[in-house]
Amino acid sequence: MATEHPLVFHDPRQRVYPRSVKGTFRSIKHGILLLAYTVFFLLPYVRWDRGPNFPDQAILFDLPHRAFYIFGLTMWPQEVIWLAIFLLFAAVLLFFVTGIAGRVFCGYFCFQTLWTDLYMTIERWVEGDRTARMRLDKEPWSFRKLRLKFEKHALWIGVAFLTGVSFAAYFTDAFDLWRDFFLLQAAPAAYITTLILTATTYTMAGLMREQVCTSFCPYGRFQSVMFDENTKIVAYDVARGEGSQGRAKPKKGTGPEERKAAGHGDCIDCGLCVQVCPTGIDIRNGLQYQCISCGLCIDACNNVMDSVKLPKGLISYTSEKELRNEKVNHWTPKTLGYAAVLLAVAVWFAFSMANRSTLVVDVQQERQPLYVQLSDGRIQNKYEIKVTNKQGQAASYAIDVLGLPQAEVQISPNPLQVGAGRALGTTVYIKVPPASLKESKTHFNFRIKQQGSGESARYETDFYAPEEMVGGDDDDEG
Amino acid sequence: MEKSHKPKVETTGHVWDGDLAEYNNPLPTWWVWAFYATVVFAVVYWFLYPAWPVGKGFTTGLLQEEVKVNGQTVSSHWNTRVAYLADMQEGREAQSKFYNQLNGMSLEQISANPELMGFVRSAGKTLFGDNCAACHRAGGQGNPGVAPALVDDDWLYGGSLEKIQETITSGRHGFMPAFGPALRPEQISALAEYELSLSGHSKDARLAQAGEALFHSNEVGCFGCHGVAGKGNQMIGAPNLTDNIWVWAKVDPKLKSPSRETLEAIITNGLNRGVMPSWEGRLSPDQIKILALYVHQLGGGQ
Repeated sequence: MATEHPLVFHDPRQRVYPRSVKGTFRSIKHGILLLAYTVFFLLPYVRWDRGPNFPDQAILFDLPHRAFYIFGLTMWPQEVIWLAIFLLFAAVLLFFVTGIAGRVFCGYFCFQTLWTDLYMTIERWVEGDRTARMRLDKEPWSFRKLRLKFEKHALWIGVAFLTGVSFAAYFTDAFDLWRDFFLLQAAPAAYITTLILTATTYTMAGLMREQVCTSFCPYGRFQSVMFDENTKIVAYDVARGEGSQGRAKPKKGTGPEERKAAGHGDCIDCGLCVQVCPTGIDIRNGLQYQCISCGLCIDACNNVMDSVKLPKGLISYTSEKELRNEKVNHWTPKTLGYAAVLLAVAVWFAFSMANRSTLVVDVQQERQPLYVQLSDGRIQNKYEIKVTNKQGQAASYAIDVLGLPQAEVQISPNPLQVGAGRALGTTVYIKVPPASLKESKTHFNFRIKQQGSGESARYETDFYAPEEMVGGDDDDEG
Repeated sequence: MEKSHKPKVETTGHVWDGDLAEYNNPLPTWWVWAFYATVVFAVVYWFLYPAWPVGKGFTTGLLQEEVKVNGQTVSSHWNTRVAYLADMQEGREAQSKFYNQLNGMSLEQISANPELMGFVRSAGKTLFGDNCAACHRAGGQGNPGVAPALVDDDWLYGGSLEKIQETITSGRHGFMPAFGPALRPEQISALAEYELSLSGHSKDARLAQAGEALFHSNEVGCFGCHGVAGKGNQMIGAPNLTDNIWVWAKVDPKLKSPSRETLEAIITNGLNRGVMPSWEGRLSPDQIKILALYVHQLGGGQ
């Protein structure tokens, strides 16, 4: 009885030795790999002239100075909402694409897949293909085995280190980073980042591999809610492959006609589709959560079908409806809904970008004390105005007050000269005769106007006066 | 025995009463390793930081910290006090670039520089909180009867940058003699009423008129310090009696001015409370500079 078995919490991992394969999808993957690595590793060295006072790195996330430079765009902390919009867009795009084309992100674009692919390629260079690696791992330790293992891990760690430094290079000047890194003068954060990225890259791409997809990755687990019968999946044509009598290995001297006559399907049970799978599953068992839709089994099967002179496509990108010979409809309410949200987010993003202001105004009112009575009977409030100039050149800003009749405004200096990308504060004193006020709290606006461009910002705040003094003190005096 | 439906688990091998066995469920491996890691952490910690008592002393640890104490570099084993000193030193060094700039500049030059004024406002707030707020309160709003407000436009000794700097550096000692022994109570009442009339709070015109005569008479001589018009004298810190700003007398919220009794008490007993200590020697000249600028901008300055 099954219950008599010892309690098992965790199946020990069956090591996967993926075989290399050639084919259409492998070529697409190679192309994307090359593009992704070129961008990731080289982008930090691309320069972009922003004028004096600004860094010339095309992409720089300058955390100490709180600015993100992305080519011609400079993002300030006030615009971090764009990051949220971008992430929202990316998430909905992922759902949308997954709903239509299945897990293409997993198979082609995910960092885990990309780096695992690179690590497997290195492994193949050093230790050989699947059978050679399996043999090597079974062998007792020898000098040759030790040397190969050392070479592989050294290369892996080298790639992991490069990955770590390249990542850190997005946060500081890339050329300076390399020099400072080895002179031990780089920021501690650079060393910590590199160390963490090196360790995680080596562990995740080298040691954990498909376990990350099958055991950690939440996305793999909730894909089922994004899939439907129309979604593209990698699938095995069971009807064609199995026939009425199941799959069978080819016998000598029997052609396709004899197979058909014996009731066997087109699958010759060569097992290549299992051997090439990076997550080690058998696609012939149907759609499984481990499948990352990379299509390598399609390549393997097509190669075999070619060699046995059978039509390709026993394993293919298809959908459950196509497998049943029904018409596929990609534009279901679900995908239309995703598309609508995508469009809305894109419009929001464009609107937000188009209306970006180069001027940020912050007003803080002195609250200790909230108001002061002056010797001539007027009430004074004090404000601290901070003007941030997000432009690449200095600008001067004139400050005035709207909506406070009879107010005397004392600002020095006015206009305020603020340097490129700098923030500067100034103190504003407002003196108002209390008789001219209707309430103890009066709304009014500061208007900050850039001289020249005419760009202006308003900041609504309040003027406070003692309750008993406002509105002309005629009730209990005299 | 009935067939057990429980999964088989390794037992410790001890059996009581024939069939009571103790399961052996070892701790999860990750937990055990985390425990070992804490042990390793503790050992490393012992080496780096002060840890074990030894006789009358203790193991000091390998970490060394260097701090400047009174201009001399002192090296010590790591401890919270040295770490604190090092922290403070770092703070002072970070501030020094501003202090160095302030050093050669006049008060007017600094007040015309918005960037430096930003530093003055933040550094001044701390200095003010540490040294001045006890009497003048945190925002400089003053405390009637204790210390004048610094946020309005009424200055006892003058509100220019130089005068404020002079006040902080040398201190001030305001003094008003007690008129109780020299005057009759009704004379004191008349003077108090006149004082109220100066700022428009008089209720008894006849009494105020009598007070006005006394104020300007040579026997009482209030005008000697407060001026013929009662506008005060900043040379000696005599307050202006004609405005609505009261330094030493608490304002009665119902009357919106001090009561006559309050003013009578001040005239009777005099004032010897306006003592502002000298900060020269306690604060550096640069700190006094920052405070002068800070106090000047509290109310808009003069």
